[in-house]
Amino acid sequence: MSIARSRNTLARILTVLCTGLFGTRTNTLITLATLLLLAQVLPPLFRWAVLDATFTGDADACTRAGACWAFVMAKLRFILFAFYPPDLQWRPALVILLLALILTASALPRFWGRPLLLAWPLAVLACWFLMQGAFSATPIPSNQWGGLPVTLFVWAVCFAAATPIALLLALARRSKLGGLRTFSVLYIELMRGTPMVGILYVAMLILPMALPDGLSIDKMLRAMIMVTLFWAAYVAEVIRAGLQAIPSGQTEAATALGLGYWRTQQLIILPQALRIVIPGMVNLAIGFLLATSLLAVIGIFDLLNAARASAADPDWLGFYNEAYLVAAAVYFVVCSGASRYSRWLEGRFSAGRHQAP
Amino acid sequence: MLVQKTFRRAIKSAAAATFLATVMLSGLAHAGPTLDKINQRGAIKVGVGTTPGFFAPDSNGKWQGFFIDFGRALSITVFGTPDKVEFTSSSPQQRLPALQSGEFDILLSGVTVTTTRAFKLGFHFGPTIFYDGQGILVRKDLGVTKATDLDGATIAAQSGTTGELNVTDFFRKTGKAFTPVTIEDTGQFIDALESGRVDAITQDSSDLVGKRTQLKNPDEYVLLPERLSKEPLAPAIAGGDDRWLELVNWTVNATIQAEEWGITSANVDEFLESDDPAIQRFLGVDPSFGNELGLDPKWAYNIIKTVGSYGEIFDRHLKPLGWERGYNSLWTDGGLLYSPPFR
Repeated sequence: MSIARSRNTLARILTVLCTGLFGTRTNTLITLATLLLLAQVLPPLFRWAVLDATFTGDADACTRAGACWAFVMAKLRFILFAFYPPDLQWRPALVILLLALILTASALPRFWGRPLLLAWPLAVLACWFLMQGAFSATPIPSNQWGGLPVTLFVWAVCFAAATPIALLLALARRSKLGGLRTFSVLYIELMRGTPMVGILYVAMLILPMALPDGLSIDKMLRAMIMVTLFWAAYVAEVIRAGLQAIPSGQTEAATALGLGYWRTQQLIILPQALRIVIPGMVNLAIGFLLATSLLAVIGIFDLLNAARASAADPDWLGFYNEAYLVAAAVYFVVCSGASRYSRWLEGRFSAGRHQAP
Repeated sequence: MLVQKTFRRAIKSAAAATFLATVMLSGLAHAGPTLDKINQRGAIKVGVGTTPGFFAPDSNGKWQGFFIDFGRALSITVFGTPDKVEFTSSSPQQRLPALQSGEFDILLSGVTVTTTRAFKLGFHFGPTIFYDGQGILVRKDLGVTKATDLDGATIAAQSGTTGELNVTDFFRKTGKAFTPVTIEDTGQFIDALESGRVDAITQDSSDLVGKRTQLKNPDEYVLLPERLSKEPLAPAIAGGDDRWLELVNWTVNATIQAEEWGITSANVDEFLESDDPAIQRFLGVDPSFGNELGLDPKWAYNIIKTVGSYGEIFDRHLKPLGWERGYNSLWTDGGLLYSPPFR
């Protein structure tokens, strides 16, 4: 019985493969071309990454012909945590775990609710104090932070903080109050018309001058504030698209029922609008994750910058390929996870919609 | 129409206000001398770069390198210990504005001393600690030992840089022929050289030394002795703090003077017995000299004991990468390093 079923499954897979890969003449051509390309690319890559590679030893043991995974072994700590003191490494590791937990919880619809909204600021504060070295003998200034925790922290916190601001901006842009609407339009267009590098320079150079004398804000915090304000403009436009997709009849019906503006938004419009914009938001989030590597221009050691710097050590000079591969692998895991999640969620929502009477 | 006019006027006054505010605030930002801030903070903020041998983090995330050691020496001069210094990496585009805005107390990131930077940007420079310049890296099998011997060679330069102009000027002067190849991405220089597409590559010699170590067989290539441009790299500070500038000057001078006297971290204690009054002053055996300067009389001793002389710093970080002393030798050895007298 089970053999028969597995044979059935096998047959089904084969059929799918055959029709999918060789079903039409075009498909056959594409399949053959792809196979040819893979045959060209894979063997040298395999030779570089496995056969000629060096897995242990020091830089002298590595030949330039193959990959030097010994470099990755020696430098993984630096690429992930950069300048953070090695004996306090559990702190950034815990930060990564904490951020992964809250991001996962935020991704699952069953956790959506007030407790999650309260958990976010707590998690952010916990991460900040962990990184700062709270309850340890020596505080860790933010110029010693780096690597993956910084990338994830800036990404998650700035995106999370940008969303409520963006919500208000999007509502303001559709508001009937002219002043509010003009402000929102000006703000969004100004931010979207400025490159992110420019925003980071403002955080680095202009913001300290604009602060009253004696008051100084940490560079990391300055950068995060500006990045949040910058991303808010982009998120606002995505949310506005969602708001526009809700037919105006719904607002009118809500008004007829005696609901005020805020109640209408909260109970009728936003629950539907936000659901629509989730794919757009995930798309933005992926772009933002990759954009965090721009933090390097103001001297913050994000994951990519740490990977680059790891290959400048005279003891391990020039293993840029290996260093960048590690960084690429991390980015790939996070980004592909996010896009798989987005597809899963879309499927879930559209299934719900079809079942509705 | 009226709305438009009011709007325009509002924008104009807003712009004027912003301008005024910026001017006033930037005035405020530069008010306090750098040294006060350093003492208040208890640490020196140093802007660095990432170039192998000059400044790079090791596997433990600790900064190491030629310029880094001068930062540590500076920390000894000011605080008496080498670790009260915070190194922060900064990109070439942002390091000068960051120094201006007070983000850094000093740049040890290999800034070239130029007239514009001194006059227009208002920076002060300490003594040149590294004489860099555009060099030419060639394959040994060309059988060339001087750049003037190069005739009909294919040379790669980075497009759109002064490097391209300098090499053209150089060959116009020597009257020899060469074929220029411009390359956009510096990463491709190595490929071009290894594949034999070009006979030589030209860039700042500090970059070339790093590139040489990345070649499959570094020993088959040689950096020619000529420099096609002058790139004196010196510590840069914001103007307006004379004492801070002097501390920077004499910290660098101390490492050079120590090498001239043959003092190293290994033998500095023997020199404490020296009869030479100049060395006694220098090492603080006679404390009156240091006291007059308002420094710990042992400051130079501590620098040499902890960080070493100029020669030691050079040998520690740059020699392993294949650097020759060249222009960065003492004046007594035909180089350009010369410390004013300590008296």
